[in-house]
Amino acid sequence: MPIAVNKDKCTACETCLISCPFEAIVMREDKAFINEYCNQCKVCLSVCPEGAIVEVEEISQFTVHSSQFTDYKDVLVFAEQRNGKVASVSYELLGIGRKLSNELGTKLLAILLGSDESEARELIKWGADKVYLYNDPIFSQFNDDTYTEAVSKFIKENKPAIVLAGATSVGRSFIPRVAARLRTGLTADCTSLEIDNETKNILQIRPAFGGNIMATIFCPDHRPQMATVRPRVIKRAEYNAARTGEIINCKIDNLISRTKVIDSVKEISEISVNLHEAEVIVAGGRGLGDAKGFKLLEELAEVMGGAVGASRAAVDKGWISYSHQVGQTGKTVSPKIYIACGISGAVQHLVGMQSSDIIIAINKNPEAPIFNVATYGIVGDLYEIIPLLIKKIKEIKGILG
Amino acid sequence: MKIIVCIKQVPDTAEIKINPQTNTLMREGVQSIINPFDLHALEAGLQIKDKLGAKVTVLTMGPPQAETALREAVSMGADEAVLLTDRAFAGADTWATSYTLAKAIKKLSADIVFCGKQAIDGDTAQVGPETAEFLNIPHIAYVRKIEEVKDNYIRVQRLMDEGYDVVESSIPVLLTVVKELNQPRMSSLKGKMTAKKAEIKKMSAAEIEAEEDCVGLKGSPTQVKNIFAPEKKTGRKMLEGTAEEQVNALIQELSMTRREEN
Repeated sequence: MPIAVNKDKCTACETCLISCPFEAIVMREDKAFINEYCNQCKVCLSVCPEGAIVEVEEISQFTVHSSQFTDYKDVLVFAEQRNGKVASVSYELLGIGRKLSNELGTKLLAILLGSDESEARELIKWGADKVYLYNDPIFSQFNDDTYTEAVSKFIKENKPAIVLAGATSVGRSFIPRVAARLRTGLTADCTSLEIDNETKNILQIRPAFGGNIMATIFCPDHRPQMATVRPRVIKRAEYNAARTGEIINCKIDNLISRTKVIDSVKEISEISVNLHEAEVIVAGGRGLGDAKGFKLLEELAEVMGGAVGASRAAVDKGWISYSHQVGQTGKTVSPKIYIACGISGAVQHLVGMQSSDIIIAINKNPEAPIFNVATYGIVGDLYEIIPLLIKKIKEIKGILG
Repeated sequence: MKIIVCIKQVPDTAEIKINPQTNTLMREGVQSIINPFDLHALEAGLQIKDKLGAKVTVLTMGPPQAETALREAVSMGADEAVLLTDRAFAGADTWATSYTLAKAIKKLSADIVFCGKQAIDGDTAQVGPETAEFLNIPHIAYVRKIEEVKDNYIRVQRLMDEGYDVVESSIPVLLTVVKELNQPRMSSLKGKMTAKKAEIKKMSAAEIEAEEDCVGLKGSPTQVKNIFAPEKKTGRKMLEGTAEEQVNALIQELSMTRREEN
């Protein structure tokens, strides 16, 4: 519903102006006025001391009565594969998908492009009821056109109520095209999904403004309800090797792609750059002093089974490639453990990692702002601390075997 | 060659804070900037212009204040600036925004459309690909390098989760770009003078022939139910003692949280 100002009540106190995250409120003729920037976030509603800002009823021409939605039933997961193997984010999607479909009393479907029956069976063991398998080499490389066509066509024919995909490079690239084509809503990068008991809509929760605020989004009048889900934030369902389900072999003809992948290059570096899916990220900043410092971080990342990240300062100095950069102009990550080594903690960096479960900061300067977001802070020389940490972890691993 | 660069004026998210008492955003003194990724998109367009010759148009949707962002883009070298502004555009989600941009791009016509990979306020990365769908042209997301551009062919590198792909496409095409692609230029003094005098072309919903129920709030399938402050992290703990003692304490803490999880 649109937000409007009741001019009779507005006292021009301007409180709402500074509360608006979108700069959508301006003063016009001595009254607050809400302009085109308004995102309906409703922050201003509670801010106005006069109660002059209100939601206005407006019947959207697109309102479809929910009775027409009864055709739309199941939950669909887009199962992403890499080199034919199902990517781990797909199992997480099955975890949340299973939960949603149980609550709604519907089936959990998975669509798998460019893989084979053994991988499809895995999806069933992880919770899918039916897997629609397109075992066609055209899908082995990712092209937006072919993926969009296959998934859109499937949705039109099978009418799922909810469609989930991973917020990965692939998911975030082609799923928006699917939503545009189907004239439905898509919420990016969700960190949690819930069913609204009353309406049975899904409530999609996602961070915005670099994690400074969380928003609950819903899609009341269009189907399916679509969301991309951040890797690693949702638990997988239980693996059940005895679970049975149906695998349906599908075919789609006359696919045309206007783009063509001529080469697929894995990053030459031995350390993983897949920051979105890493459980542990060891990140380095200016405090490393030089590029060699990253060798040490790699070692720590390796013993912890993690990936290596970096602050913008380290990337700008050329110590490590951009694909490792975490922060406002790099990647937004939320691993279980984030170890910030020699990173002072500029806000631009913090917005990219502050939603990590545990943040460990190692820095010489006890005043460094990184300590404000740290779960555990260590003031000291990283070249002394990290080798000790590596040694200790190796010892523990040795004991545990 | 005609190039359109889509830009967005955003609040500098790094400066936004939550008022702990009222749980609302404090944006006092927070500056509006051109979305940082869009500067790289603009630079990409300008580099093609420098090399092959092209007309570069910057396009944005927003309230009249967004003119500032367009003028800044002109000062960097854009040839034309277009502002999509209309009360009817208010409250647009990514679907309605993309629809609106696509309508305008169709009117203006373009061989290559550049967008930043995402805006730093919404972080959705959806408007680029959705706009390409409405235009019925291919897109390539997360472009980190442009290898070759010809009249009807382009070859680029796109960043993937575990490396990169080399992808070719026919033209027209829409590309969303990452920071690694280039270093945006500074505006020149001459550019600033030009920007001051530049005419900002305004387009309304009627002028782009947009369907009334596809723009703004009416055209938006998604709605915001509410916003709230993220859960605060439980108190931080500064570890003390010698390096060895601190490391031991850290290992202790971590194994404790591990146990709690299990």
